[in-house]
Amino acid sequence: MELLETDLRDLGQVRAPDGFVERVLAAVGIAPRVSDTYAEVETSFGVVHVAWNSEGISAVRRAGPAGEFERWFTSRLGRPVARVDVLPDRLARQVSGAIAGLDRRLRFDLSSLGPFEQDVLRKTAEIPRGEVRSYAWVAREIGRPRAVRAVGSALGNNPIPYLIPCHRVVRSDGALGEYSSGGTRAKRAILEQEGVDAGWLEILASNGARYIGSRTTHVFCVPTCSHARRIKAPNRVFLRDEREARGGGYRPCSRCRPVAS
Amino acid sequence: MGAERDEDLTRALAADPVGGFESMVYAYQHRLYAFSLAMSGEPMDAEEIAQDTFMRAHAALSRYPRERIAVLRLNAWLHQIALNVFRNRARKRKLRVVPLDPDLPVADSAAGPERQVLSRAALRELANLVSGLPEHQRAAVVLRCVQGMTYAEVATLLGQPEGTIKASVHRGLQTLKRRAGALSEVS
Repeated sequence: MELLETDLRDLGQVRAPDGFVERVLAAVGIAPRVSDTYAEVETSFGVVHVAWNSEGISAVRRAGPAGEFERWFTSRLGRPVARVDVLPDRLARQVSGAIAGLDRRLRFDLSSLGPFEQDVLRKTAEIPRGEVRSYAWVAREIGRPRAVRAVGSALGNNPIPYLIPCHRVVRSDGALGEYSSGGTRAKRAILEQEGVDAGWLEILASNGARYIGSRTTHVFCVPTCSHARRIKAPNRVFLRDEREARGGGYRPCSRCRPVAS
Repeated sequence: MGAERDEDLTRALAADPVGGFESMVYAYQHRLYAFSLAMSGEPMDAEEIAQDTFMRAHAALSRYPRERIAVLRLNAWLHQIALNVFRNRARKRKLRVVPLDPDLPVADSAAGPERQVLSRAALRELANLVSGLPEHQRAAVVLRCVQGMTYAEVATLLGQPEGTIKASVHRGLQTLKRRAGALSEVS
């Protein structure tokens, strides 16, 4: 019976045919509002296709064979996308600035997603380059502390990888976790390129050190927080959990917000 | 589809009927298509039922005052319309049994990475099986097991006591299991 019920849920995942929304809107006399275009862009992640519309970036995907992006986009977002040669200048600058971690003005069109997925992705977009947070951190920050697995699914479904840095969300136990754009190895490579020492994080986690505190300021952080990295070695203290931190008189960092306030 | 999402959509519908309707169609297209497919067992019918549902919803929304739109329970409301569309069609003509479109589109990623989604052929078979259930069982099974509504929601939507719905779902699932078993023995 359980298998059958799983199969029935699959039936609920069937997608409407391509162009369905356009046909419905045409039938009631509404012109579609969004119109997406895409171009090929070379980034430090490799060559990717970037799609955008008047609301912002709508999709990013590693460049594949001709026509593949259009097919994927339409099946994923339910509307067509047209190819152009290059990204508009301003957008191109914002995209490369965002990848370099210098520009945070990039806007995203997440309207095809549910509110939970939007919250997850917008929160993830706040994680600075060179840092990581856990799935549990994202869940807590968006006010859904128990939805840790759902955060994982939402990130696995991220239509805008690289620019919305789902690779910066890792497991609480120090393992990097899954990555839909190329698996754990690709995730590690991208993080190391961004200056995250994944091996060090694993060692910390295997030693049960969840947070790093400063003996001088008595503030504790997640290990990759830029504040934590400024703590000089003699002043650095490794903390197992919130209890140990608070018990030792440490306050949570207001920048990386390591625990619920 | 969460209740929060519905609230966003009804707010958008009340504030901006055109943009709000478009957002609603984007948000509900797959869900209503899946419902229509499971009910009718036939992709051509499914698309017509789903499209008809949105058109009726559009007509209704243009008549409703804002206050009424703002408190609509969208998921239940749209399924109710879809169910009516389906019943009207079924009444007008006995739905013919046609082989399913081999190109039935299936979500590639929406089901999550953990589990392999049922193959297209298997889904076609399943939709056919479901659409062969007696109507009262079918609606209950589809709303509960395909669309993931709670028993309470299904009971309200179908206007029957929760116990009756549970019995219908149970019996429907048993029938499906029996027929699926018979099918796999044959093949």
